[in-house]
Amino acid sequence: MNKQILTDRANPERWSLIRTLRVIHLDALLLFGLLSLLGVGLMILFSAGNQEVALLSRQLIRMGMAFFGLVVLANIHPDRMRDVAYWVYGAGLILLIAVLLVGEEGKGAQRWLNLGVVRFQPSELMKIAVPLLLAAYVAERPLPPILPRLFICFLMVAIPALLIAKQPDLGTALLIASSGLIVIFLSGISWAVIISFILAAASALPVLWYVMHDYQRQRVLTFLNPESDPLGSGYHIIQSKIAIGSGGLFGRGWLEGTQSQLAFLPERSTDFIFSVIAEEFGLMGVGLLLLLYLAIAGRGLYIAGQAQSSFARLLAGSISLTFLVYVFVNVGMVTGLLPVVGVPLPLVSYGGTSMVTLLAGFGILMSIHTHRRMMTS
Amino acid sequence: MSTRFVLKDHVNESRLVNDRLIFAAIFAGILFAVLMARLAILQVIEHEHFDVLSNKNRVDIEPLPPQRGLIYDRNGVVLAENIPTFSLELIPEKVVMLDNTLSELAVLFSLSIEDVAKIEKTIKQQYRFRHVVIRHRLTEQEVAVFSANRHRFPGVDVVGRLIRHYPHGALFAHTVGYVGRINEKDQSLIDEKNYKGTLQIGKTGVEKYYEDLLHGQVGYQQVETNVQGRVVRELNNEASVSGQALFLNLDIQLQRVAAEALGEYNGAIVAMDPKTGGVLAMVSKPDFDPNLFVGGISRKDYSVLRDSIDRPLFDRTLRGHYPPGSTLKPFVALAGLELGVVKKNTKTYCPGWYTLPGKDHRYRCWKSHGHGRVDLKQSLAQSCDVYYYDLANVLGIDRLHQFLDLFSFGRRSGVDVPSESRGLSPSSEWKRSARNQVWYPGETLISGIGQGFNQTTPVQLAYATSMLAMRGINTLPQVARGSRPDAGSELNLTPVKRGDSLPIVSNDNWQVVVDSMIEVTSGQRGTAKSVGKGLPFKVAGKTGTAQVFGIKQDEKYDAETLAKKLHDHAIFIAFAPAENPEFVVVVVAENGGSGSKTAAPMARKMIDQYFGEIVDE
Repeated sequence: MNKQILTDRANPERWSLIRTLRVIHLDALLLFGLLSLLGVGLMILFSAGNQEVALLSRQLIRMGMAFFGLVVLANIHPDRMRDVAYWVYGAGLILLIAVLLVGEEGKGAQRWLNLGVVRFQPSELMKIAVPLLLAAYVAERPLPPILPRLFICFLMVAIPALLIAKQPDLGTALLIASSGLIVIFLSGISWAVIISFILAAASALPVLWYVMHDYQRQRVLTFLNPESDPLGSGYHIIQSKIAIGSGGLFGRGWLEGTQSQLAFLPERSTDFIFSVIAEEFGLMGVGLLLLLYLAIAGRGLYIAGQAQSSFARLLAGSISLTFLVYVFVNVGMVTGLLPVVGVPLPLVSYGGTSMVTLLAGFGILMSIHTHRRMMTS
Repeated sequence: MSTRFVLKDHVNESRLVNDRLIFAAIFAGILFAVLMARLAILQVIEHEHFDVLSNKNRVDIEPLPPQRGLIYDRNGVVLAENIPTFSLELIPEKVVMLDNTLSELAVLFSLSIEDVAKIEKTIKQQYRFRHVVIRHRLTEQEVAVFSANRHRFPGVDVVGRLIRHYPHGALFAHTVGYVGRINEKDQSLIDEKNYKGTLQIGKTGVEKYYEDLLHGQVGYQQVETNVQGRVVRELNNEASVSGQALFLNLDIQLQRVAAEALGEYNGAIVAMDPKTGGVLAMVSKPDFDPNLFVGGISRKDYSVLRDSIDRPLFDRTLRGHYPPGSTLKPFVALAGLELGVVKKNTKTYCPGWYTLPGKDHRYRCWKSHGHGRVDLKQSLAQSCDVYYYDLANVLGIDRLHQFLDLFSFGRRSGVDVPSESRGLSPSSEWKRSARNQVWYPGETLISGIGQGFNQTTPVQLAYATSMLAMRGINTLPQVARGSRPDAGSELNLTPVKRGDSLPIVSNDNWQVVVDSMIEVTSGQRGTAKSVGKGLPFKVAGKTGTAQVFGIKQDEKYDAETLAKKLHDHAIFIAFAPAENPEFVVVVVAENGGSGSKTAAPMARKMIDQYFGEIVDE
């Protein structure tokens, strides 16, 4: 079906729209998918946010700004991005260290850097910088990378991830680490290395437990047995499961979810917004939503497959797959499959910073796709 | 740049990366399938379980307390009503930080430390999830103040409630009684389910006796609540059934006259219809405002009432123990006649005193120079003590006790107001078991004139008088006349309660006693000849002057020098018309001095009021 639209020359109007978009380096399909998702997101936010129009308009303004960022990035040639990869990464690292030293606290964690005019979260920058740098670094030499370089790759991932985990922001650290690891995986390292890495990580788990903050340990314990503390840390997950489960096959209907509308569900416009969708639209609704996510990521993977350089391929692949990791972690968290780590539902949860970086990532995808040298046409 | 020197195999590289992309895509697909499976488990397989939990979360069952039945007098005048008020209430289980909430509310509503302590105590005593009243009868301003601050107090709310109100204040304080907060003791007695949402319960009087009838049936309201427990909307409800309206035999006019007649005296007046047993008036003085108790009486107000030497909270009609004095004489005379000890014309000489054979202790007649020769009629009319000393002596205490027992002396009348006292009608048996002492013949003499151990309550005396008036027909006194389930339906009359009729053989004996009692109110030398004056019918009565204070031998009772508290109690019993009795009245004026001077005129006022009404109709 995708190909049909792209090659439907019998329909000149559609063709011209796609061509117009191409001129400003936008990919029509990806754009369509993203706009659909953002539309769904606004609708859910209206319900989850007690039908507050002010909340909705703030989110809309953020979307506009994030879209501006997308268009700007889409018009930058991938090669220029590769050129600045080291600089961006270096700057991000410095900011991360700065945030630990002079950052502002919010919700019990040091994540923000006040730059006078705007408050800025350097970890968000790293969400782009890490895959960008790794893709650039790995693509410098023939694939797969040799072991010493692989070791440097791990360092490039581990340093920002640990700095962010220290803030502490386990969710973002996890996403950044996986975006880097995905690049390494895509670069074709041997399965033997992958398996030994997984084994090493598993054996490191007890050490991780030891260095974790109390509240993080509590989250893990709560995850293992939410009923142990129904009014404390288990409350979120219990209420979330009730919301999802009571939604049934078709849901209670838009604005009709009692768990959400009556405020039993906490954090319902941010991290737990998926539970609102599940309660109000049921299994059918969330099934369609997950399909939309898969379709967007699928288009991203297709773009990766069509990319003309290893750098672009690796970067596009990492951005698309990390997007799916986002969704998986959030949905796994609200359904009680994974511990609560504070990862928003991408492009749907209320909040500005993740919106900007996510759409920036898609801007890079579009740039990769639209800056191809037309060899076949 | 170093990259230039490395040979890159673009075709191989892209195949390598694309293979990994495909692998990753498949892996992601599997992960998403896992998510879908998880969602299907939650939303399809466990859906019902979570649906129940979700409903439990949001659906709250709120009790709808029934409206308490109103109480009316026999004319339909409201004696107890419900007036709408706002009260500030909290449900302790829904309050997040109880201590903070209470202290902040204390500031907002200027509650004293004692008030807060009292609320805390109530919270501890209450069943779970019950409303606890912080403040009754909020003013409009207070309601507004709370509404503005409501968001700060989850679990606290202003509740519109109907609160009991007694429009006639103290007039019916004892008999109608009052309602008050349900306390620990009440909780063990009530049906917890039916009292969910009910804050108050009948504490005394008719309010207590007819609690079940007045309370009604609780209803339920299913409501949707948000996480703070605030009601968002109503889902469905089952209406409560209001308590029944209670109509009393009491007549507000008679009640007023009785209260006014007693004036400054402490005492009691009981009036009843001997045919139906209906209690027409029941007044105990001093009294108090029952409305003070409804919202929870303040410590200060309560201690004033409790510590008063006149004991206003004490219901004298039911619990006041008074020696019947000479008002017992008609019953003793009847005993003498019935047991064949005296005849209508049996005469006794009264020199002003009586001695037991072989003893020289003088039992004095109230008239120190004596009544001379008196027959039975004159013995009652002039209330000659010597006649009854002699009669009692011949009867003996146990035969006298047995006979008085028929008239319920020493037993509860069974009137439908709680906490009635038994009184005391002594016997040798009683003295042996209660005091482990033998009975002395001298005690029989003073029992014969209603003194000594004899104790009776005004209600008991009225009951006995009504049996006398009805010539042995035993109709129990009753305050309630009937009830009505709702405004549209007929009054459900309380059936007249009859006990066993008195086994008096001779009708003549009744007539002798009644005639003698008529002589009291209309004879030349009757002790209450003012009572019968100017009435179109005859009144049968008997005065009594009950000693509070024993007077030593050869000492004279001097009212002037005795402290008021030690003055004799003035008592009067009467029924009218004597031949076809409709009205029985008993007056006890504490420290009133003499029955004929103080109590008899009060009874006349009652008779005038009652029959004046009848004539008007």
